[in-house]
Amino acid sequence: MVDNSEQTSTGKMTTLSAKDKNIVKDFWAKVAGREEQIGCDALSRMLTVYPQTKTYFSHWKDLSPGSDPVRKHGATIIAAVADAVSKMDDLTGGLLSLSELHAFTLRVDPANFKVLSHNVLVVLSTMFPDDFSPEVHVAMDKFLAAVALALSEKYR
Amino acid sequence: MVEWSEKERSIINNIFSNLDYEDVGAKALIRCLIVYPWTQRYFASFGNLYNAEAISANPKVAAHGVKVLHGLDRAVKNMDNIKATYAELSVLHSEKLHVDPDNFKVHKHLLLLSFNKMISNAFSIPLQLLSDCLTIVIAGKLGSAFTPEVQAAFQKFVAVVVSALGKQYH
Repeated sequence: MVDNSEQTSTGKMTTLSAKDKNIVKDFWAKVAGREEQIGCDALSRMLTVYPQTKTYFSHWKDLSPGSDPVRKHGATIIAAVADAVSKMDDLTGGLLSLSELHAFTLRVDPANFKVLSHNVLVVLSTMFPDDFSPEVHVAMDKFLAAVALALSEKYR
Repeated sequence: MVEWSEKERSIINNIFSNLDYEDVGAKALIRCLIVYPWTQRYFASFGNLYNAEAISANPKVAAHGVKVLHGLDRAVKNMDNIKATYAELSVLHSEKLHVDPDNFKVHKHLLLLSFNKMISNAFSIPLQLLSDCLTIVIAGKLGSAFTPEVQAAFQKFVAVVVSALGKQYH
């Protein structure tokens, strides 16, 4: 079955192994310069494919793919993801204030973190088809899940 | 009943008529077994699944991925009644799918159930995981042509299929 030699006692699902972290860092270095495009595209896809998420942005004039507010907010989100890459060794501590923001002010249902993560992965696949191998996919999926978990810390 | 716009029908037909089944089917199942390793539980008889390299090189995995992808063909041709399409599949199972009962020695009793009951009881959650991987593989193939609109139509189609398979209780 699966090679479990890197499994830590705290489990493999949510804890990022050293291998996971290196894969994420290496891959993220490759996407350098295209972060804004990734953020804009991921957000555009989420609003289109999962229209129930539009409810969080009812104050925007234009929710169409690639619109000004979508582009701007996509950039904000992806900058935070990039920041999380640099704080991978302590996501809970590093994302503390963001967690408070999401929990108390934005009150985004944490289920949506998974939805946005899926769309980030789709974008990475379209933009980096040769680099987004299954190994990179699983490492990025784990990383985004760990970010979502850290963001959910302050909710209750 | 699920409603499809002309645009959605055209998107789905376009994707499947230009699909490299051998490539995409294999890649989707390989990716699923790597990204969600617990899905390997359904493939105990497939030999070496020890790591990503082994999974990627495993010919049984590739072949099965292609087979599963072809399982979507009837739904593409019958988009207006996907639920009935998979209800019929149990009748055609033994003829079309050419499953050798000897491959299922240990689980022979499962063959007595309809194909659909087996699918619905055991596979609806992993089918969701596989469909996520299929979406990602097709996104990789189509690149920027996999627009948000195309993604929406494709995910809707696959969701209807997974839901229809999950409903086949007898």
